[in-house]
Amino acid sequence: MTTPKIELKGVQKRFGTKVVLDGVDLSVDPGESLVIIGGSGTGKSVTLKSILGLITPDKGSIKVDGREVSRLTGRAREEVNRKFGMLFQAAALFDSLTVWENVAFGLIQGRGLNRTEAKQIALQKLAKVGLGPEVGELSPSELSGGMQKRVGLARAIAAEPEIIFFDEPTTGLDPIMADVINDLIVTTVKDMGVTTLSITHDMVSARKIADKIAMIYKGKIIWSGRKEDIDNSGNPYVDQFIHGRAEGPIKMELAK
Amino acid sequence: MNPFALVGRFVIALLSEIGRIFEFAMNAVPQAFMPPIYGRLILQQIMRIGYFSLPVVGLTAFFTGGALALQIAVGSEIGAETLVPQIVVLGITRELGPVMAGLMVAGRVSAAIAAELGTMRVTEQIDALTTLSTNPFKYLVAPRIIAAVLTMPILVGIGDIIGVMGGWVVGVYSLDYNSASYLKNTVDFLKMGDVTSGLWKAAVFGFIIALMGCYHGYHSKGGAQGVGAATTNAVVSAAILILAANYMMTSLFFGGGR
Repeated sequence: MTTPKIELKGVQKRFGTKVVLDGVDLSVDPGESLVIIGGSGTGKSVTLKSILGLITPDKGSIKVDGREVSRLTGRAREEVNRKFGMLFQAAALFDSLTVWENVAFGLIQGRGLNRTEAKQIALQKLAKVGLGPEVGELSPSELSGGMQKRVGLARAIAAEPEIIFFDEPTTGLDPIMADVINDLIVTTVKDMGVTTLSITHDMVSARKIADKIAMIYKGKIIWSGRKEDIDNSGNPYVDQFIHGRAEGPIKMELAK
Repeated sequence: MNPFALVGRFVIALLSEIGRIFEFAMNAVPQAFMPPIYGRLILQQIMRIGYFSLPVVGLTAFFTGGALALQIAVGSEIGAETLVPQIVVLGITRELGPVMAGLMVAGRVSAAIAAELGTMRVTEQIDALTTLSTNPFKYLVAPRIIAAVLTMPILVGIGDIIGVMGGWVVGVYSLDYNSASYLKNTVDFLKMGDVTSGLWKAAVFGFIIALMGCYHGYHSKGGAQGVGAATTNAVVSAAILILAANYMMTSLFFGGGR
């Protein structure tokens, strides 16, 4: 039995009186692609941010390569985060830097490469996501949403991480650009053999990039399995979500 | 609502805010001294915080010095010609130079820092720094604090000279004082301690300006409105802290009350 790359056990987090994570259990094996699906406000983002150390959970354990990381700070945390790459929902590119400096950021600041070397690598990574070297000199604000996502992907893979996180990779893109991003995720990830953890509410995207799918609802994982099995999950919550039905066990909390 | 509960809630909120600011400063200050030191970022901030504040600080100092000379001359007819330069130079170097510069730079720089860091926070750029193994305190906060602490004394030093010049211009051209004796009175009366106390104040104000901008920006939330609130809070809290710190440092340097 192999050690899971990422393992969460009984992770709890509350903000004030609102319980956001109510005992999340998850496990991702090396080289596997897990997609967490779920509606807005069900705890997807908080789960991701807990693993990254941006949020400290109240209870429970988070292990990366078998090592407990949920309470690490400072240098030890930076050490763990070197294994990670992350594509943010709105790309989160640094607008004070050019595109290539964004892609090279982790190489220069995190790994201490010199700028010439880092630029070479950055341009290679940009080419990998289908962007030419001329894009590298632009500022992020000059790019379209789809291009920003691609630059974000190039930045996430630049330092060759072992684990990549995708936060709503296709949200806000047209269907064609969304498919381009999905393809890029699949090819870059398969190329590098990395482990990925994604969160999305886009089922088309989930079916394309996942090996395994887990559904989160009210701060708990209510179903998980291989993506082929999701249509026969026998779980009414999952069925309602993947078919996008307003009627079912999941009630939208609308103000009356 | 019970008025005691209201007061109590306010006091608790105030104390916990002070605690959070203190904790923030404790996180940020050591980062300013530990490698890697980002020289390029510090230089960039020195230009933004220091160099581009020169016109604002210079104009403020000039008009303050001029107004001060005019006030004192009108108030005291006898011996005004020796009194005016003395009071102007003391008033500017000890109090008005650092305080006016501090408040003006707080308006300019605290607001700019809070808006920049606040926008980075709500667009997840600060989270992105962390995922790229870069400590935001070291990359964003430390360079701004270092630059502000280094440049404020220089700004105030230049402001002191311009402020005294402002008094001199009014004295010579509006009040018909003798130029040479005005300058001699200024120089004779001025002690080194007057200037250095003002420069120490300036360094502390610089720290407050950068810290408040960073603290409120770093903790801003909730989109455009949150960034707006962070900017306002940064300027208001920096201004209040500058005035409070000024009082404390004045009583420390020159003896309080008795």
